[in-house]
Amino acid sequence: MLNYDFDWSVVADNWDVLMYGAWLTIKISAIALLLSLPIGIIFGLGRIAKNPVIRFISGAYVEIMRGVPLLVLLMWIFFGLGQVLNLDTYWASIIGLATFNGAFLAEIFRAGVQAVPKGQMEAARASGMTHLQAMRFIILPQAVRRIMPPSASQFIMLIKDSSLVSVIGGIDLTLRAKSLVASSFRALEVWTAVAVIYFVITFALSLIIRYFEKRMMDKEQ
Amino acid sequence: MISIKNVNKSYGDHHVLTDIHLEVPKSNVVALIGPSGAGKSTLIRTINALETIDSGEIIVNGISIHDKKTNINKARTNIGFVFQSFNLYPFKTALENVTMAPMKVKGLSKEAAEKRGKELLTQLGLGDKFDAYPGRLSGGQQQRVAIARAVAMDPEVMLFDEPTSALDPEMVKEVLDAIRSLANDGMTMVVVTHEMGFAKEICNDIVFMAEGKIVEVAPPSEFFTAPKTERAQEFLKAVLNH
Repeated sequence: MLNYDFDWSVVADNWDVLMYGAWLTIKISAIALLLSLPIGIIFGLGRIAKNPVIRFISGAYVEIMRGVPLLVLLMWIFFGLGQVLNLDTYWASIIGLATFNGAFLAEIFRAGVQAVPKGQMEAARASGMTHLQAMRFIILPQAVRRIMPPSASQFIMLIKDSSLVSVIGGIDLTLRAKSLVASSFRALEVWTAVAVIYFVITFALSLIIRYFEKRMMDKEQ
Repeated sequence: MISIKNVNKSYGDHHVLTDIHLEVPKSNVVALIGPSGAGKSTLIRTINALETIDSGEIIVNGISIHDKKTNINKARTNIGFVFQSFNLYPFKTALENVTMAPMKVKGLSKEAAEKRGKELLTQLGLGDKFDAYPGRLSGGQQQRVAIARAVAMDPEVMLFDEPTSALDPEMVKEVLDAIRSLANDGMTMVVVTHEMGFAKEICNDIVFMAEGKIVEVAPPSEFFTAPKTERAQEFLKAVLNH
């Protein structure tokens, strides 16, 4: 058995600190998420573009981002790009998360668009729509239905991955927890509380997305 | 109305269309028949540029379809196309399927597009299906919605690529009836079909294709009773005597 006297007072006493950390995590993740959406759309569509140069650049972006550990990417953005552009830890964290997450979303979006049967594009084009109109009115609305479930998983990954920004000093729940552990030596209690908070955030997100998915399905049948 | 001149197309070494010449005058109905792999579907799909051609020219209502200077989107509004597999938009109701292009492409108001859409669907016996999603319709009903969708753009030419091949036998008739009524209204049409009786009844000309070439063009009365070419004789023997 674990020979350890739990003392949860450290969590109770510092609840406001943890909640503020949770709020920062939500904020960083939400901004990163919003920025990763256009990145995902642009590079996802870029991967299936007719132009081979655009296809190559998009493919290279996705593969490199997916191949590099997020930790390394964050370091590189903060100490490399950050020095050039004079980024603080807050924006370096957000850019790191957004570019990383964007690459994964690009793959999800690409697969979603390609899963729409070829006949849909043909029917739309045969009726006189431009490629862009066909994409917007016929293909993307159908792709979104296929994109939702894997995107939900990806968003949850993003929230959990955001804990890594603490290594470059990005102030979030994890960094708050680290300093709390350093001052109180109550590692198990603090990290357990942190785990519960991450779970509550991601589970709530999960439920919200499921609600929208269901509403979409109901509309169709 | 449709003029196909010296059209060639190949995939690598494989010649799918060889020296195709075909004239379809206004209000004429032409059936493309022949064995599978003859190039019928490829040919009909070149008429609205769903397929490219390597050489030659296709003119529909005075517009050269494969000319790079042609606005193909505009040209296509004048050419209705019905697919073998319907290709209805599954997330839109029957009526929305029909009103989509008139609103988005022609800029019709919602009211005008819906009025016309309801008219067409009612004519095709789908008066009670305006709000049904394609997934809830039978194959025959889906194909009739697809026909209404194409006709809603008021095209001068209609192209049908094996419109009844994906249907259960008992639904073939309702779709053929819809096509027949368009023919009676004087629509210029090209139909790829395996329905010989139907071709015989409504077509001005039968175009028999094999191995990427047009082998014989004749009115049905001649083609089905006295085909001139040996290839057509073989084909007819195979499809009519079973």
